[in-house]
Amino acid sequence: MVDMSVRIGGVALKNPVMPGSGTMAEGLARVMDLNRIGAIVTKTVTPDRREGCPPPRMVEYKDGSLMAIGIPSQGPDYYIAEILPHYRSFDTPLVCSVSAPTVDAFGAITAKLSAPGVAVIEANISCPNLESDGKAFGMDPEASARVIRRMKASTDRPVWAKLTPNVTDIAAVAQAVEDAGADAVTCANGMLGMAVDVENFQPALGNITGGMTGSCMRPVILRMAWQVARAVKIPVIGSGGIATARDALEYLMVGCAAVQVGTQNFIHATAMLDVIDGIEAFCRRKGVARVRDLTGAMRPRHGLREGQAA
Amino acid sequence: MAETLCRVLHNDWVNDTYKHLIVDAAHGAARAAPGQFFHLLCPVIGENAPFFRRPMSVYRIDKAQGRLEFLYKIVGRGTTTLATLAPGDELNVFGPLGRGFRLGADRKHIVQVARGVGLATLAPVAESAGRLGIRTTAILSARSPEHVMSADYLRSVGAEVVAVTDSEGTSDAAAVERRVRSLVERDGGDFFVTCGSNRLLRLLQRLGAEYGIGGEVAMEQPMGCGNGMCFACVGSFRNDEGGTSYRRVCWDGPVFDLQEAIAWST
Ligand SMILES: Cc1cc2nc3c(=O)[nH]c(=O)nc-3n(C[C@H](O)[C@H](O)[C@H](O)COP(=O)(O)OP(=O)(O)OC[C@H]3O[C@@H](n4cnc5c(N)ncnc54)[C@H](O)[C@@H]3O)c2cc1C
Ligand SMILES: Cc1cc2nc3c(=O)[nH]c(=O)nc-3n(C[C@H](O)[C@H](O)[C@H](O)COP(=O)(O)O)c2cc1C
Repeated sequence: MVDMSVRIGGVALKNPVMPGSGTMAEGLARVMDLNRIGAIVTKTVTPDRREGCPPPRMVEYKDGSLMAIGIPSQGPDYYIAEILPHYRSFDTPLVCSVSAPTVDAFGAITAKLSAPGVAVIEANISCPNLESDGKAFGMDPEASARVIRRMKASTDRPVWAKLTPNVTDIAAVAQAVEDAGADAVTCANGMLGMAVDVENFQPALGNITGGMTGSCMRPVILRMAWQVARAVKIPVIGSGGIATARDALEYLMVGCAAVQVGTQNFIHATAMLDVIDGIEAFCRRKGVARVRDLTGAMRPRHGLREGQAA
Repeated sequence: MAETLCRVLHNDWVNDTYKHLIVDAAHGAARAAPGQFFHLLCPVIGENAPFFRRPMSVYRIDKAQGRLEFLYKIVGRGTTTLATLAPGDELNVFGPLGRGFRLGADRKHIVQVARGVGLATLAPVAESAGRLGIRTTAILSARSPEHVMSADYLRSVGAEVVAVTDSEGTSDAAAVERRVRSLVERDGGDFFVTCGSNRLLRLLQRLGAEYGIGGEVAMEQPMGCGNGMCFACVGSFRNDEGGTSYRRVCWDGPVFDLQEAIAWST
């Protein structure tokens, strides 16, 4: 028996695998048993009602996709009345992702959504599509810290900070949110990208820019997760291009305590179950008794200092 | 609803652009309803590497033999690789997905008007209507007579078929409008069903409003997950407040109320 449980910033998860915010919805419960995954993570909710980005909303590549969904949100009241009840029958902790245009609004929505049934609040300070030129709180360590500090003052729930990869020094942002009291960091959201429909001389996406996600992003986000894990003591949750157990193991070994599966849920709706089973099988094969022993288990290569180019 | 590996039984050309695919899929066939779709994992072949699945309406559901049939047009990467499947190959299908047609037994005469890939989507409507004892007239619009694909099948399930084509000059809006008006005024047509053409959608919306006849339309939009999770396949629909809002074609549809739908392009 492998002990698959992990503790992430104040909550116990039965295993380290959960969906990325915005990549699961009620429909997933028709396909698999949500009691099997480590956490349920819901799509980001904003204080106001929004329609999201105009279509077209996606462009696909061989090994990833570029999506500009925006945050279609019906607001916190709708979330409590209509979304939360879908997940009440599962014993899996629920992570509620929030975003807002100001620090005050971040505080208010955090207080409002610290409702029964919500175990964790994840701060989406990173979403690149907030209709503001792709800029986000998460691009500035100080602004990120202000958001987290206000959220921590507004709730008794653990707060996870979801970082944006669209920065030069992600470790600095991670340290800032740790100092501000974040209970864990999620690394990371989609990388800003764009595409042109050359036939028609126009942007391929209605929003012009979008978030690049999927397997092609894994080497880049994995590197960031490694940098973040070395910079902070709070747990790190890896999110970027995880499609298989092997991909998830990479994140665990560079220092993550858990992982989020995103785009792959769209192709194989039961991808998370394969990741969980695959991690467990790996642990058995390698004689690893507890999955948490994999966190940071990557060993330095002989004769090379860390980060030194070969 | 589940992801299943099916065996391909048949995948042949029906004319120069469409293929007819039959797969062994007892699980899917037992659950599928007209207007629903399956999300197909098209094989990756060389430069053609479809990343997401591709949505296809069920063309026929053979519950007795546990088979699903699709009628598809080769337009791009995914359908090109789908076309390479041979009998005996495996195909990963996910579904059935979406909300299908709501054919109340109180209808007396369904008038269905389809064009292009819409022929595939509407074929099972006629079959279901036949079983419910509802009369169906299918107006099939196509480029030429060889592109009118499901006429024999529709007749075999009891529908009356009217084929109109561009090459014969019978498919223009005015001609189709005369047909539909006559079906309503003389033959008791009391429900409209359409798919595959914005021009036909607008026509039926106008006639539906004029006669006070309800209807449904199956919409299409490129899809990511097909299961309501990614919000990539939204389109604008009329809402209760007199405005419009985005709705997910895969989850809220693909079948929508005729008057709520908005023709998205020309
Ligand atoms: C619910 C639903 C049911 C459908 N049923 C059928 C069917 O029974 N038979 C059939 O032939 N086709 C059907 N389609 C359309 C079919 O899904 C697309 O033709 C297919 O996805 C194109 O894939 P591709 O990789 O070959 O083309 P791509 O290389 O992806 O694109 C080629 C062109 O097709 C357009 N396109 C891509 N995906 C879609 C899409 N999902 N809907 C509309 N246009 C698209 C692109 O904008 C582009 O112009 C259906 C679509 C939906 C949403
Ligand atoms: C369609 C789509 C919608 C997303 N919506 C959100 C969101 O609402 N909030 C958020 O924090 N992240 C959102 N994300 C980011 C994912 O949660 C995840 O961090 C990212 O996709 C990277 O993981 P992946 O490569 O496994 O997809 C979204 C991603 C996609 C593809």
